[in-house]
Amino acid sequence: MINQQSPFIQKAASVTNIMLMVILALVPGLIFYVYFFGVGVLLNVFVASLTALIAEYFVLKMRKLPPKVYLSDGSALVAAWLLALSIPSIAPWWIIVVGTLFTIVIAKHFYGGLGSNIFNPAMIGYAVLLISFPAIMTKWPSPIENSLSIESIRQALQVFFYGLTQVGDGLTSATPLDYIKTELLQGQILPDITIRNVGLATILTSNQIISLAYLLGGIVLLHKKIISWHLPITYLLSLSFISGLFHLIDPNNYSTISFHLLNGGTMLCAFFIITDPVSGPTTPKGKIWFAFMVAILVYVIRVFGGYPEGIAFAVIFMNICVPLIDNLTQPKVFGHG
Amino acid sequence: MNIIDTIFKFNGGIKADTKKSVSTVRPIKKIKMPKQLILPLRQHVGKVAKLKVNIGEKVLKGQLLAEADGNVSAAIHAPTSGTVASLEKQLIPHPSGLPDYCVTLIPDGKDTWVEKKPINWKKIDRKETIKKISESGIVGLGGATFPTHLKLNNNNEVKTLIVNAAECEPYITCDDMLMREKSAELIEGIRLALHLLGAQNAIIGIEDNKPEAIEKLALLIKNDANISIKIVPTIYPSGDAKRLIYLITGIQIAKGKRSTEYGMQMFNVATIIALYKFIHCGEPSITRIITITGKVRTPNNYEVLFGTPLSDLIIDAGGKASQNGSFIMGGPMMGYKLPSVNVPVTKAMNCVIDAEPEMIENNNPVLPCIRCAKCAEACPVNLQPQELFWFSQSNQFEKAENYNLFDCIECGCCSYVCPSNIPLVQYYRYAKSEIISDRYAKEEADIARERNDFRLERLQREKEERAKKIAERKANTSSDEKSKVIDEKRKAITEALERVKQEGVSEKND
Repeated sequence: MINQQSPFIQKAASVTNIMLMVILALVPGLIFYVYFFGVGVLLNVFVASLTALIAEYFVLKMRKLPPKVYLSDGSALVAAWLLALSIPSIAPWWIIVVGTLFTIVIAKHFYGGLGSNIFNPAMIGYAVLLISFPAIMTKWPSPIENSLSIESIRQALQVFFYGLTQVGDGLTSATPLDYIKTELLQGQILPDITIRNVGLATILTSNQIISLAYLLGGIVLLHKKIISWHLPITYLLSLSFISGLFHLIDPNNYSTISFHLLNGGTMLCAFFIITDPVSGPTTPKGKIWFAFMVAILVYVIRVFGGYPEGIAFAVIFMNICVPLIDNLTQPKVFGHG
Repeated sequence: MNIIDTIFKFNGGIKADTKKSVSTVRPIKKIKMPKQLILPLRQHVGKVAKLKVNIGEKVLKGQLLAEADGNVSAAIHAPTSGTVASLEKQLIPHPSGLPDYCVTLIPDGKDTWVEKKPINWKKIDRKETIKKISESGIVGLGGATFPTHLKLNNNNEVKTLIVNAAECEPYITCDDMLMREKSAELIEGIRLALHLLGAQNAIIGIEDNKPEAIEKLALLIKNDANISIKIVPTIYPSGDAKRLIYLITGIQIAKGKRSTEYGMQMFNVATIIALYKFIHCGEPSITRIITITGKVRTPNNYEVLFGTPLSDLIIDAGGKASQNGSFIMGGPMMGYKLPSVNVPVTKAMNCVIDAEPEMIENNNPVLPCIRCAKCAEACPVNLQPQELFWFSQSNQFEKAENYNLFDCIECGCCSYVCPSNIPLVQYYRYAKSEIISDRYAKEEADIARERNDFRLERLQREKEERAKKIAERKANTSSDEKSKVIDEKRKAITEALERVKQEGVSEKND
């Protein structure tokens, strides 16, 4: 392309750079994930990436878009990684393939591809899997020792190819969010639940460390100005506020702030999911409202809803509201009183 | 004198690699007299200057060649002594690439001045001085080329003179070098401009990347309470008039308003020095400083006569003045590609960049907008460029207007930061021109419709009038009227008969 008009200089930024930075920022979290729960998650990420790239290639061919240009933008990879990190690492391979195909083909390209998808593609993929295969999607691994031992890897491969039935349920345990929800429903109170369940303590630690690793990656993204502070900071503050409020009122039935911040997908959501620019709001105020509403919805679904975790539904619901949010939060233009 | 520290930051802006240092290592240079000078008759905003010399006439340096046509216009003077060779259409530095009328002057090499008439500005009425300035050919040398006398004229509403020394565009250093080398003239010029404006104080707004100039100016205004310096951060577009006023004063000039309504007037440093030279030395506007930079071997600033062929400067700076080259006039952010290297230096030409190939050829693919809003973060007007882009590309012009498309100053910050490599400003230019031409077409259509409505109304009226007239004429002879007349006659007859009868009776009775 010949530049006939100004400006004639450009910052060396590209969509590819942005997407690669996002992927790099996920790596610390991924490393700890592997350390605590085994290589299953790596298999997920690998198969999701492969499926995403192949699906993307064929859809681009069908849409008569240059695959080389669009494949290298990295957006398909980011969606694949986010999906892979959101589903249990002990899910069989076809779950990942189905989810990724749905993410890329339907949630992304049916809506017009890069830049046009109104919903977060990874969250659509996740929601479809959760609703279609609830049994698989709610079985989370228990932490394992020597996650990189040959035995652990062999087991992970077996689960990956044949599903859990071949290995047995010994590998699974409820997530902290799930466990506490179930116990509370049975009339227990929080102090008792945590004391009684020794395993919960260790799971908390491993989940917390993974969360903190995501936080680290998120801080890098903030520092590199890949994402603006509005979304993650508002999200974390809002979630803290509402969980703190409920905990203050009734500590026996409502978990602490740190429990909500460091469990489930909170950090992934704050820095990597709601920060998806395509399906999110663009105005600063809009970002604040969006993040606030997602946080409230996540809390409501976690605490009062039928699902242990509510990020996907909260994000998808708020995606619908984005045009309205943007419209209502237009910033004041220079010189307009 | 004081240096003001507090600044009011506007939204966004960009910190680009300024590439300024390459052209500031050597002092301002002059080149030998060109073989010919080509002077376009329109180098300013407003009406074309009226030619006042004949072809073949010998003129002296500083002699009037063409006078201002009315108030919004500017004169053109002979940059050197010589012979007026021709008046014809020639290629000029204009984005359209279209030729325009130019006077060609063949220098005689003597460079003989006309009698210079300095003005004793302290003695005569300032209105009188401003009137003389309207004959000086001085226009805004920052690039806007608006006739300066118009900006000096005010009804005492201007309290503050803002001196635009920001020079925020990358590559350009002509104002910086001018301030370094002519700081005394600048300060004298500011005092003069303060007097002419009837203003009380002056603030020099300058980017912090010009420490040498700042130091020199600060020294000169040490004991002057009326002139101060405001150092603003190097963030493009700090030199944009409204942005600079905001940086300095915290006042946002509302859309459609002028700075004078807020008691401020802004001049570029080069313009002020031109004023100084005209008033103190009696020299009209015949030269300017221009930065020649980019691919050339020795980027430099030149003091050149207007009309000097650009190719002479490019060659002097060690560049290739070939037709194949690409030359950008102005900065890389808002400048435009010159139609050719064979154009003359004009009053607007502050910088020419011998462009690197990557400035002209963009090999990065254009991807869809991912709504990352980097553009909105960079927009100094606080617009939402991603929305404007969306509306512009889908021809939803009304929505684009509602999102304040016409507030866009086309500074290029959005295009600069766009990771999808979208030429955003070009979309806005397109949308603006479409809206303007639509509006024009609508106006034309409105006029045509009005004319047609009027015609139809006239025809209808004429028809009605005609019908009325015919009816009236008919009515005059209508049966109604006749019978009425007959009735009246009959009535008269019967009355008369009655009278006769009664008279007969009374006679009988007598």
